[in-house]
Amino acid sequence: MKGSDVTVSGISKSFDAFKALKGVSLEIKKGEFFSLLGPSGCGKTTLLRVIAGFEEPDSGLVGIDGRDVSGLPPDKRRCNTVFQSYALFPHLTVFENVAFPLRLRRVPNRLVRELVAKHLNLVQLEAHADKKPSMLSGGQKQRVAIARALINEPSVLLLDEPLSALDAKLRQRMLVELDAIHDKVGITFIYVTHDQQEALSVSDRIAVMDQGNVLQIGSPQQIYENPASDFVARFIGETNLFTGVVRSREGGFAMVDAQGLGEILVEANGEAPVGARVSVAVRPEKIRIGADAPGPHEELNVFRGLVEEPIYSGFQTKYLIHLPGGGAITVFRQHANWSEGVPDIRWKDEVYLSWSARDSVVVESDARIVSSAASAK
Amino acid sequence: MKRNYGRAYAAPEALWLTFFFAAPLAIIVAYSFCKRDLYGGVLPQLSLDAYRSLANPTLIAVAWRTLWVSLAATVITILIALPCGYSIARSGNQAMRLFLIIVPFWTNFIIRVYAWIAILGNEGFVNDVLRAIGLTTDSVQFLYNQGAVILVLVYMYLPYAILPLFSTIDKFDFNLLEAARDLGATRMQALRKILIPNIRGGLVTAVLFTFIPIFGAYAVPLLVGGKDSYMLGNVIADQVTKTRNWPLASSISMGVTVLTGIAAILYAVVSKRSTHHVIEESGIGPVSATAGIPSGGQA
Repeated sequence: MKGSDVTVSGISKSFDAFKALKGVSLEIKKGEFFSLLGPSGCGKTTLLRVIAGFEEPDSGLVGIDGRDVSGLPPDKRRCNTVFQSYALFPHLTVFENVAFPLRLRRVPNRLVRELVAKHLNLVQLEAHADKKPSMLSGGQKQRVAIARALINEPSVLLLDEPLSALDAKLRQRMLVELDAIHDKVGITFIYVTHDQQEALSVSDRIAVMDQGNVLQIGSPQQIYENPASDFVARFIGETNLFTGVVRSREGGFAMVDAQGLGEILVEANGEAPVGARVSVAVRPEKIRIGADAPGPHEELNVFRGLVEEPIYSGFQTKYLIHLPGGGAITVFRQHANWSEGVPDIRWKDEVYLSWSARDSVVVESDARIVSSAASAK
Repeated sequence: MKRNYGRAYAAPEALWLTFFFAAPLAIIVAYSFCKRDLYGGVLPQLSLDAYRSLANPTLIAVAWRTLWVSLAATVITILIALPCGYSIARSGNQAMRLFLIIVPFWTNFIIRVYAWIAILGNEGFVNDVLRAIGLTTDSVQFLYNQGAVILVLVYMYLPYAILPLFSTIDKFDFNLLEAARDLGATRMQALRKILIPNIRGGLVTAVLFTFIPIFGAYAVPLLVGGKDSYMLGNVIADQVTKTRNWPLASSISMGVTVLTGIAAILYAVVSKRSTHHVIEESGIGPVSATAGIPSGGQA
């Protein structure tokens, strides 16, 4: 791997009274595609700017390849940034934008032409070398920004919400391209985004951030399937969150008396003693919905409810099911084949919901869950 | 279809320009080709005498001095105005700072020049302070020399340079400076290679707004300058009021107008070539700026 590892330890940063980062620590491996994911204002961009050298942290260290770079200005760090606004120089052509770092180092003309051509080729913009940035589309500007950031051959590329200004279709395409570019150049990518779908689809690992803290670090699968807290569960994809008290334990399972729902069987690996207040997450696509009761199975949770809001969206239908206990559950049903696409479940139908105990996970319980469950009622 | 009244809307400006710009200019042009009447005024006879007497060594010396004083004052003004405009654009309370820049305009031009005499004169504030702390026993002669003229000119025209520079720097995307730093530029390189080319429109306007009126300066060299700080504006005034050679005053005015006009157009074209579309962006084109030349600026 050509990239560098990046170590962030105990970074804190405040802007006046606002604490943007509260002692953040991260270990990013060489050549990794690492995402910082969180809602706006969570501190992810500030953290990126600290790594780039634009912000001086109040405390903590940034290390690249084990060398402390805290206090070095941005031009002395082996990392380059792709800015959210692209930040292309409007008075220079595409060619000169990409060549800018080389011109600063007084690289000979012949080599400049060679290197710029190579990088424009990488982002498929050879045909636009002589245009001014104002003549380019959003996607093309983005490519110029990437080529320009890569031409210094940095060991870390920092990407600050690079796709947020593009439309949905283009975003998907650029994402695939970014992934391909990452594979080709092999350096460390640190990718800031608020879009969980983006983060899930390209990252090797994701750090989920909120209010200046890192809540969970893990692979996309770990973060989606085993969210460490209610916030992560809610932020990544859609989820059903129930709060309740553990009534009994048996092996790797716990029986939880959930508010508005009744007793549910959940997978619990040690962290939920009897009497504990916990929250339980169940992904909507893991729940089976049907007009008839499912066959008996010891690990199965089965509930009956009333269909309230079926929302058809082509590849799937989303149902909101009201339960007799007062709770509500969101369910996704995929339209895997033609017959399943037929809307045989209608508004006000009575249906059976079922899911395996292994698909309901206990997530860390905290004050926010209690309050949000209360407001949901 | 609605009728287009565009031309009608332009009527007030057309009238204004006709009576206060085109007509006086035409009179000056006409006078410059007339014979002088001994006690002021002109004789309606076609003559090139006024233009022949331009080739006078004293006049040429004054013209050279006017040129270098104007250039020096303009360069100093821009060098002060650039960081000023930059800091106002980046500051949190732009309105307050802009207000402070404009405050001096409430005071009459001539009174502000006299204020400088009160500050720098032999019995002025600075000399009082110097005597009080014992640096001098006598007074230091600050006034009535080239330096005083340039100092007061810079003071007078600084706001005209700061305002257009501020308004273009304010529109500048400061992310570009971060991007330049990120790509390896030092702070100075980022300013020179990214900021300056992108605010060229404001820079052109600022240079024209200071150089042109300074080139026609009259009151400042008269009040704070000495015998050797006479500028073309003073020569013209003398020809009108003292020597009463109106054709010569007119021909010198024509010279000033043509020279500054050419300089302004050249400067605008040169900077337009190095970056297009900046002049339009600044909102104030060079043409409207040159329209102010024959008035000679002030008082």
